Amino acid sequence: MKTYLAQRLVVALLTLLGMSAVIFALLRLAPGDIVDILFSTAGYVSPAEKQALMKELGIDQPYWVQYLDWLRQIAVGDLGKSYRYDLPAWQLIKPLVPVTLELAALSILFAVLIGVPTGVVSAVRQDTALDYALRVFSLAGLSMPAFWLGMVIILGLVTWFAWIPPLSYVSPAENFKLHAVQFLLPALAVGYRSSALIMRITRSSLLEVMREDYIRTAWAKGQTGRVVIWRHALKNAMLPVVTIIGIEFAFLIGGLVVTETVFNLPGVARFLVQAILWRDYPVVQNLVMFIAIVVILSNLLVDMLYGVLDPRVRYGG
Amino acid sequence: MAVRPTAIAVPVGRASRDGLVAAVVRFARKKPLGAAGGVLMLVMLVTAVFADVLQTHDPIATNAAYTLGAPNAEHWLGTDHLGRDIYSRIVHGARVSLVVSVASTLLGSVLGGIIGLLSGYVGGKSDLVTQRVLDILQGLPLLVLALVMSAALGPAIHNVIIAISIPIVPRAARVIRASVLSIRETQYVEAARALGVRHVRIAFRHILPNTIGPFIVLCTAQLGSAILVEATLSFLTLGVPEPYPSWGRMLSVSAAEYAQKAPHLVLFPGVAISLVVFGSNLLGDALRDTLDPRLRGS
Repeated sequence: MKTYLAQRLVVALLTLLGMSAVIFALLRLAPGDIVDILFSTAGYVSPAEKQALMKELGIDQPYWVQYLDWLRQIAVGDLGKSYRYDLPAWQLIKPLVPVTLELAALSILFAVLIGVPTGVVSAVRQDTALDYALRVFSLAGLSMPAFWLGMVIILGLVTWFAWIPPLSYVSPAENFKLHAVQFLLPALAVGYRSSALIMRITRSSLLEVMREDYIRTAWAKGQTGRVVIWRHALKNAMLPVVTIIGIEFAFLIGGLVVTETVFNLPGVARFLVQAILWRDYPVVQNLVMFIAIVVILSNLLVDMLYGVLDPRVRYGG
Repeated sequence: MAVRPTAIAVPVGRASRDGLVAAVVRFARKKPLGAAGGVLMLVMLVTAVFADVLQTHDPIATNAAYTLGAPNAEHWLGTDHLGRDIYSRIVHGARVSLVVSVASTLLGSVLGGIIGLLSGYVGGKSDLVTQRVLDILQGLPLLVLALVMSAALGPAIHNVIIAISIPIVPRAARVIRASVLSIRETQYVEAARALGVRHVRIAFRHILPNTIGPFIVLCTAQLGSAILVEATLSFLTLGVPEPYPSWGRMLSVSAAEYAQKAPHLVLFPGVAISLVVFGSNLLGDALRDTLDPRLRGS
């Protein structure tokens, strides 16, 4: 188990290093540098002032020095400064993290709550009308843009309940019920979309497990269908599902980017979109790196969980 | 008798043997859902090609006298906040959506396919390095990568195509590499090698044609995802710029604000996106079941 973890950790670190290089290079593709963008609204600026700002930002240095500087900053947890707000980026991001975490957790919860049962039913009733209906239902979720699903939910609420969800963030201390509704709706939109993959994996993995000898033994012992499926089969079928939930996390972030925008939730993902639109590139660079770290960590967590769930992984090295 | 390397049969898909029509009919009978998806895609293709004929109004002409108009006999799906005809904009939006998604899918899949082919065929250390590099690209959420790229490259239709295609590259390379690895070990490749056929020729003439099945499956699946990413980028105003009527950009309005005044503005473009992506997902699934031998029977 220890060597397995150590290996995973080294791979994760190397991947992160590679990602940092990709992100750094990507943001250098942008035409014009941040100084031009910052000054584009100000009209005429003296060259001396421009020079001073370039020095302050460190972009008068060669790329490799800039890159190493940035790596050092990340290593010590310094997320740099937002040039739009003239504030340290972390100060801006910190209050946004709980919002995104809450939304992400609820979305995953919805995705699992929808995906696993539909997958199980679909597998048990393989090739029946119910199976087809559930598969079409899950594929439909995968086909709708997450932001549009959110808009349709808002549309439905306005039309049928003549109620518009709050347009600004409501904290749980202020009004818990409103806060819950405000988060549950977008979580449902993101979760439904993400449930599609979980449903498919659950279905195919359960179908595979159901053909195993030990399942036949369980049937032969005269156990009821419910016990065989939920106690014997699902336990082993869940392994690939756990992996998918980890991978899903990266997919989910994409869904959050637009859903937070549609529902006007002040989260990290909406902030990323705003920073991109404002061309606040230092913040974009750090936020994308932040997302990369979160994705890698969640993958690592899944790997560890896998080791706990499946003894073969633990001892196989 | 001397056997010339070129004379070695290269098995291609079954479809070519008994005509395309028969193959399509057989597919439709076996996979009705997939065929329905194919029809949806075909409708989109026809709409995109004949957009100029199908339109009822100029898709970019504004009409101050009839803004946010409800659907009626003249404007079948109503008008938007500038009085533009939504039906005509959706028809033309199909063209934008199709061009961007097909171009980016092909670009990403071909690039990824070549990388996967070489990486899988050569093997060894270079394969290992390539795989790790692909891991890095694939680790970033697809939408975040496309978002940052399209922002960095600037709003133009070719930049959007590039931004959507790059995240496809590692996914395509994975799929093609996996099928190359199994084809590489087949007897006819071994035979070609024994006859002294050059490596490049084996890779491109003997292995490449047999990856066409997984390649088609991959392209269909990525097409739907590309349409979604384009819509999302345009929705965030980082995609196809005005005045092109793009489905995503048509949705770039406040749902809460328009819900009472003009719900059609929010509904119809989204229905168009969802139907087309649904079609490509249905078709992709059915094609995978049919063309990917590993999944046959499961």
